[in-house]
Amino acid sequence: MNSQYMPQQPPQYGASPGSGFGPSQGGYAPQGPNKPAPNQSGFQQPPQMTGLQRGGPPPGLVRGNLPPSGSNISHSVPNGPSHGSPNVQGPHMQGMPIQSALANPGFGPANYHSPGGSPMGHPGSPSQPPPSGPPPMQPHPGSGPGAPPSPSPNQMTAQMAGMNIGGPPRVPTSNSGLPNVPNKAGMTPPASSPPNNYPGAINGGPPPAQGPPAERLPGKQYVNGSMGPPPISGGGPMPPHMAPHGGPPHGMGPSPHFGGPPQPGGMPSLSQGGMPPPPGGMMPPQNNLPPHPGGMPPPRGGMPPQGGMPPQGGMPPQGGMPPQGGMPPQGGMPPQGGMPPQGAMPPPGGMPSHGSMPPPPGTMGGMPPHGGPLQGNMPPPGRMPYPQPGVPPPVDTYQGSMSGPPSGPYGSQQNMGSAQVQGHNYSQPPQSHPSMQSQQARRLDPDQMPSPIQVMQDDQRNRSGIFYTNQKGQVPPLVTTNFVTQDQGNAGPHYIRSTMYNIPATIDMMKQTAVPFGLVLSPLARTADEEYPPPIVDMGELGPVRCIRCKAYMCPFMQFIDGGRRFHCLFCKATTEVPAEYFQHLDHTGQRVDRFERPELTFGTYEFVATKDYCRNNTFPKPPALIFLIDVSYNNIKSGMVHLLCKEMKEILKLLPNDAGAKQSVMRVGFITYNNTVHFYNIKGCLAQPQMMVVGDVQDMFMPLLEGFLCDPSESEAVIDSLMEQIPAMFADTRETETVLAPAIQAGLEALKASECAGKLLVFHSSLPIAEAPGKLKNRDERKLLATEKEKTVLAPQVNTYNNLGQDCVGAGCSVDLFVFNNSYIDIATIGQVCRLTGGEIFKYTYFQADLDGDRLIADIKNNISRPIAFDSIMRVRTSTGVRATDFYGHFFMSNTTDMELASIDCDKAVAVEIKHDDKLTEEDGVYVQVALLYTSCGGQRRLRVLNLSFKTCSQMADLYRSCDLDSIVNFFSKQVVFRLLESSPKQVKDSLVNRCAQMLACYRKNCASPSSAGQLILPECMKLLPLYVNCILKSDAVSGGSDMTIDDRSFVMQAVSIMDLPSSVVYFYPRLIPLHDIDVDSSDIPAPIRCTADKIRDEGVYLLENGVHMFLWIGLNVGMDWVQNVFGVHSAAQIDIDRTALPELDNPLSQRITSLVSTVRQQRHRSMRLTLVRQRDKLEMVFKHFLVEDRGFDGSASYVDFLCHMHKEIRNLLS
Amino acid sequence: MTTYEEFIQQNEDRDGIRFTWNVWPSSRLEAARLVVPLGCLYQPLKERPDLPPIQYDPVLCTRNACRAILNPLCQVDYRAKLWVCNFCFQRNPFPPQYAGITEQHQPAELIPMFSTLEYTITRAQCLPPIFLLVVDTCVDEEELGALKDSLQMSLSLLPPNALIGLITFGKMVQVHELGSEGCSKSYVFRGTKDLTSKQIQDMLGIGKFASPQQAPQQQGPPQARGPGGQPLPPANRFLQPVHKCDMSLTDLLGELQRDPWPVAQGKRPLRSTGVALSIAVGLLECAYPNTGARVMLFVGGPCSQGPGQVVNDDLRQPIRSHHDIHKDNAKYMKKAIKHYEALANRAAANGHAVDIYSCALDQTGLLEMKQCCNATGGHMVMGDSFNSSLFKQTFQRVFARDQKGEFKMAFNGTLEVKASRELKISGAIGPCVSLGTKGPSVSDTEIGLGGSCQWKFCTFNPNTSVALFFEVVNQHAAPIPQGGRGCVQFITQYQHSSGQRRVRVTTVARNWADATANLHHISAGFDQEAAAVLMARTVVFRAETDDGPDVLRWVDRMLIRLCQKFGEYNKDDPNSFRLAENFSLYPQFMYHLRRSQFLQVFNNSPDETSFYRHMLMREDLTQSLIMIQPILYSYSFNGPPEPVLLDTSSIQPDRILLMDTFFQILIFHGETIAQWRQLRYQEMPEYENFRQLLQAPVDDAQEILQTRFPMPRYIDTEQGGSQARFLLSKVNPSQTHNSMYAYGTEGGAPVLTDDVSLQVFMEHLKKLAVSSTA
Repeated sequence: MNSQYMPQQPPQYGASPGSGFGPSQGGYAPQGPNKPAPNQSGFQQPPQMTGLQRGGPPPGLVRGNLPPSGSNISHSVPNGPSHGSPNVQGPHMQGMPIQSALANPGFGPANYHSPGGSPMGHPGSPSQPPPSGPPPMQPHPGSGPGAPPSPSPNQMTAQMAGMNIGGPPRVPTSNSGLPNVPNKAGMTPPASSPPNNYPGAINGGPPPAQGPPAERLPGKQYVNGSMGPPPISGGGPMPPHMAPHGGPPHGMGPSPHFGGPPQPGGMPSLSQGGMPPPPGGMMPPQNNLPPHPGGMPPPRGGMPPQGGMPPQGGMPPQGGMPPQGGMPPQGGMPPQGGMPPQGAMPPPGGMPSHGSMPPPPGTMGGMPPHGGPLQGNMPPPGRMPYPQPGVPPPVDTYQGSMSGPPSGPYGSQQNMGSAQVQGHNYSQPPQSHPSMQSQQARRLDPDQMPSPIQVMQDDQRNRSGIFYTNQKGQVPPLVTTNFVTQDQGNAGPHYIRSTMYNIPATIDMMKQTAVPFGLVLSPLARTADEEYPPPIVDMGELGPVRCIRCKAYMCPFMQFIDGGRRFHCLFCKATTEVPAEYFQHLDHTGQRVDRFERPELTFGTYEFVATKDYCRNNTFPKPPALIFLIDVSYNNIKSGMVHLLCKEMKEILKLLPNDAGAKQSVMRVGFITYNNTVHFYNIKGCLAQPQMMVVGDVQDMFMPLLEGFLCDPSESEAVIDSLMEQIPAMFADTRETETVLAPAIQAGLEALKASECAGKLLVFHSSLPIAEAPGKLKNRDERKLLATEKEKTVLAPQVNTYNNLGQDCVGAGCSVDLFVFNNSYIDIATIGQVCRLTGGEIFKYTYFQADLDGDRLIADIKNNISRPIAFDSIMRVRTSTGVRATDFYGHFFMSNTTDMELASIDCDKAVAVEIKHDDKLTEEDGVYVQVALLYTSCGGQRRLRVLNLSFKTCSQMADLYRSCDLDSIVNFFSKQVVFRLLESSPKQVKDSLVNRCAQMLACYRKNCASPSSAGQLILPECMKLLPLYVNCILKSDAVSGGSDMTIDDRSFVMQAVSIMDLPSSVVYFYPRLIPLHDIDVDSSDIPAPIRCTADKIRDEGVYLLENGVHMFLWIGLNVGMDWVQNVFGVHSAAQIDIDRTALPELDNPLSQRITSLVSTVRQQRHRSMRLTLVRQRDKLEMVFKHFLVEDRGFDGSASYVDFLCHMHKEIRNLLS
Repeated sequence: MTTYEEFIQQNEDRDGIRFTWNVWPSSRLEAARLVVPLGCLYQPLKERPDLPPIQYDPVLCTRNACRAILNPLCQVDYRAKLWVCNFCFQRNPFPPQYAGITEQHQPAELIPMFSTLEYTITRAQCLPPIFLLVVDTCVDEEELGALKDSLQMSLSLLPPNALIGLITFGKMVQVHELGSEGCSKSYVFRGTKDLTSKQIQDMLGIGKFASPQQAPQQQGPPQARGPGGQPLPPANRFLQPVHKCDMSLTDLLGELQRDPWPVAQGKRPLRSTGVALSIAVGLLECAYPNTGARVMLFVGGPCSQGPGQVVNDDLRQPIRSHHDIHKDNAKYMKKAIKHYEALANRAAANGHAVDIYSCALDQTGLLEMKQCCNATGGHMVMGDSFNSSLFKQTFQRVFARDQKGEFKMAFNGTLEVKASRELKISGAIGPCVSLGTKGPSVSDTEIGLGGSCQWKFCTFNPNTSVALFFEVVNQHAAPIPQGGRGCVQFITQYQHSSGQRRVRVTTVARNWADATANLHHISAGFDQEAAAVLMARTVVFRAETDDGPDVLRWVDRMLIRLCQKFGEYNKDDPNSFRLAENFSLYPQFMYHLRRSQFLQVFNNSPDETSFYRHMLMREDLTQSLIMIQPILYSYSFNGPPEPVLLDTSSIQPDRILLMDTFFQILIFHGETIAQWRQLRYQEMPEYENFRQLLQAPVDDAQEILQTRFPMPRYIDTEQGGSQARFLLSKVNPSQTHNSMYAYGTEGGAPVLTDDVSLQVFMEHLKKLAVSSTA
């Protein structure tokens, strides 16, 4: 956000670039970065620029530490290698310390600089010190910095975060060196690496960074504030810690070699890192292989938890760091300096910019030892390479050993991470080799890489409040930011967001930048409490005034001329006569005198009451209806679903929506049950009892009754009540397991047709429809095919019955929501087509049990029917000449190329529209978009909702990169990718996304961020999280779900993604991880989330993770007894009943707080998530960890660091 | 000896049988020359309260091809305990339980007065009757209300164990599940789709059980099954004992709504009679094959969609008339007939009857649906409104009971005919279907429903009669010895309304006579009434398939030939023509038959024609004769009521006439009487006698109305009244607008018609009969 502003108001920033950042950074390091920024370009560049030095060296420090622990580590030499990462930990540790000192603050900036950078930073910081970094650093800085600075300035301007990845170099080394080399490299690297790190901190750095990142965990620990302790432990404790950590010892081992002393601090940190051990392990192999191996494993085992502690230890580093620490505290700048370390990136750039950089170096100086370690770390990375080659196995072994100790696993994972990094390095090596040979696999400190958490917090800080839409091309605050829209001529971002707000003027520029021009539309989004709902304009018989040529609706963009007798359309440039009834004089400014009385001339969002011309058959619609279709076959009866639903129906029906101002809903309801036949119910209010009508002709479904099927729920209350008692009773003994589905939906459709109204079907279905009827499906549950080139065969519908049915439904304004209660394969890919085409969605409750999942179901249903919704709608996107909406993604049906037919659309759904250039745009005109949604309201009124949005055009790429909305891009990409998965092979799709991402960034790098060293990763400010998010998309279940999930789950999430609105997609791709163990009982806010990585998770912690689909409560084994007692009513984590899906309600503040928090979180999502309890080291932990998206996935998917490195490599490829 | 009249009467009383010829010609050729075929009208279920209850099985002839039943005509060797079959002459030993018989101690079946005897098969299962109501809801509120009342009332008339089911239809067809509490259930079918029996069963969820053979055993007495016991028969949900579902069915009927689908201006409601009937038949077919059941179809209009459609829903297109049919302009007719015929055959094959209660001002498609009733023995009732007493009384009378309190209806009957070697069976005409049972006594020549010696009567009552036709097989060269007797045995197995399986056996014998030598013997045994009815049935049966004029010509030719054969005359001298007394009424019957609604379709709709013919095909001899030649009584101050000629001359100003055409009971007040009545003399005490005179025919009419089924249309009219046309169309137009001036008007009321009068007809007949060239 700042960045966006920045461009606009460079001077200001220049004046106080820090401020710009500051906010985001939170006054910490941010300032530092800011300062650097100013220095460099006067902008943010410095901050943006973050030299990512791999923590590799630090690990070295760690190693130093490790040695002591080494004994512990004795276990696995193999681990050692993989542990190389532990070394990294060392760096992390260092990073940690730094962070600790500056750390926390620093992170902010670091993040800014570059997430990738941050790791770098960490390593950097650590590395810098250890490597003797200072000198090298400087040199590099000199070169790098020099370059960085400039780049940084650019970056600054661009608001980019440059990431120097030492990695690349390392990679080369690693590659070249392979295991041996790495080792050597590791050894040697220290020297060289440091420089590398510094200069192109980003280079090779990243990978190492990863290593470090793992170690960073400690960093997190810092955050914990346990920092202090660690140091303590660090010193003496270290060993002990180490011992416990096991890992650390390893790290220690190596570390000692390097900069033992400084390391001590680092040591602890390393040990803390737990991670360190692994690196250490890595190191060990090199240096202290024996110890490492042995020590490594053990550390992990016990260490992990301790590892958490270690972070604390990390704190100690601070202790050790003191200087550093001092630094940070000293001046915001220094901190920055410190920051630099954090964002290794910053150091380079920031350092220079700061000018105070020296201090950082100084701090670094303190660090140096670290630096040494870093280098040392580097080696580990080097090892990593080894590991890579052989890594997998070692890793495995680690894991194996790790597995035992919970923390261990982390360590191992971290190690893994580092290993991965190395892997990247490998890949990179070839590229980076030339430049960064000396640097071996370095690790990026994950904490130094751009952090979404930080970005969100900063944006929240800077941009909450009121957002006025009075200017064209304004970039709105982030989706996650709480703000109030004041509609002053453009539709609010709740309704419509664009991926970019400055539209490139030329097609060529669009191609070059590769940034998509897409809109994400949620025309029915809820309005915030402080906002006014869109005003409704009733033009009477006249109807909406429209452009004579393009039929655009009257809006603030229309220009009245000729004394108000005609108006000029900004969309198509045509001039239209103003109808006599609509005529109004113009004032001296050429504006209509009545413009403030007419919403359509003032607001960006408003509604017209439609005339008969806009209605089906030219008659006003009847109020829409809601039909419940309940599968009453054996499964649903047995699971208690039918019983529950019927029991709750009365309450559910009270929630039917109504138009604003209406006293009660006029929507009618109807009920259908089905198994292998379809049963309609006559619930006419005058009947003494409901009448059931069975239609057995499933081949040719029809509507058996006319009156009495759809009734006003209040008029027929008694009959409905009676029916709801009867349904469970009637089918209580059913043995029917063969069900139909298509005929049931057809039945609902026919019912709506017969009643001549639009509406929605809520289908409660249990099993694969195998009864002899249309839509009969075969079981093709071959999940092996998932994530392979053949996955389309199971992800595409097996028959087109449901597609045809969906189209029929759309034709009748009938939307279908499927509630699925499957115990086995149900083929959502096929049956979901009905939802897809009709603007519906799927709710899935696998292995549903009423007593466990009932609340969720009922909450979902209630939300489903009560939310704002439009029926029988058609949406069209009109654009000004030069651009045109071409591609549409979401749940709807299109019978032509322009109109989206949505049988319904509600507040939780979004569609994405891609807009492409037809022609060159002129810079003065801007681009205008008008989205018109013609729909039937829940009160039965035919209306048009019009959303208007205007954009600027630009001819400078920098302008474009300044105005992008990353959340929208991610949402857009995700929908596009999911769509394409059904057309092309998954590999093609993913590669193309990665390539596009690289192209976007490379283009920026090339055109907006030069000059800087090629090794530097420079990211545009507003897209600095792009690599992270793209990686998250790629890793997401929807895109990459493999055979560890069911085909149905996969199809389900794919559908979910294709309808996700922005708030959902943000959290879906980057889950929210909320620490609960130190929650403030007196507050009612949701605690600040932390980054999604295992590094941040501590044994004694409890975390809530949610992504809008799943929700986990992870409980560390060492969590405080009080906490467990208060929340679960048992004595220890081990006694908690993991199978429960709700927290017990106990009478104490903590329990109440946690319970209410969970429910608050649930309420924020439109699907009620199942709460899964995960105890550390239980089987389910794997699943939980799957959602720690910054980490490397179990399926081999890249960690954030890995991906960033990869991205960097790609960018470099593109640039070279 | 008694006269033939007495003999005939006695035979009818005892055996319910009337032969056209009571002395049989002994050769094929002679039989053919008799013009009127050898045949009989038999009432299989004639009421015989005096019959002894026989609780054992009949004794059968042991010859496999024969299997005739022991009867009084058999020769019995009491000593050897042997009996000789009178059809195949097989000597059969008596079964062990007959060991004690002697000439003095005879079992009932050997006693001559029990030439008709009824056995009750005790080991057979008792099945309650099944009633499946199929109700049209496309009628207006008033009609529906009345119908609902009648149906609810009928529940009380049913035996508690009778199974009952309900199907309603309009645009859709609903099969209602009975006995469900809290929520009434029904299965709905589209009214436009012709479903196979299997589909129907699948959709009703009753198809999975049991092949048809097992099903009957499974059914058992359904009330015997309880929860927890064996699975209830699949159709149990739809057909429940009355005592179980009485309340719920009453409620269900009470809540029955008119068909809710909107009917646009100028449209007929969409009515799915064809599918509804198909479903009813399918349901029973699956659930209770070969078990007595009746589908009671209540229709208030024509089927306007789907299979069995007789007209479309556009009111601009009237339903087909005779004229349309003649012009081959009835586009739905053939297809519909095919549909209903197929249903009728399916129902008949399973022993299920179909009643049609049609109440509408316009036609409802009885023409197309008639086979359902005709083939299964079901009732066909035609009325104007469900709210009329005609319907209400008639419907009530369906459930009439006899003196023992049992329904006067039998189910799932099979009539088997056995005949002496000299006879073969040509066919039957009646409310039945041929079972196609071949046998040695089945003739190659078919009259009516032939090719079988067994016929199925899905339901029949005491009035039901069937015409059976025989062929004498002896060649002229090998005549039957004089004095021999030919025997015929009728074996009727049926399900009594009490559920019992019963077998009624009638065995009759007649003498053979050589027609060449003893024609007078044969002619003396002529039963002109039976002959008239049999000829009528034959003619009507032909009329169903042949064109009108051909049939009439055939009737004329047969009459002329009969007159030629049995009249006494001099050649070419019409005035010399005389007929024996027992032939004298026959030409008159034929005259009225020619004019009747059975053969003349003018002024009748196809539905009416179908209805009239339906009744003629089943009623007993007396009723049939009334249909052919209505009865006219005259009431006056001059004396007690007297039957008068069905002639214009009987229409006198000071008389009240009561005409019974079977279908109508008409009271006609002569001109003077009508005036008096209009002046309300009957209300004056001093004219009590006039009041009594007015009342007398009304009372008599009531008496007839009370007993007849279906209830006749009751008409009260007077000279010049519009409804007097019913009378005027029936009477012999001896006075017409052509002849009135010649004869004056005092003798009666002229009739405006070009029809020939009986006198003219007779004159022509004589002329032709005596003509040597004819």
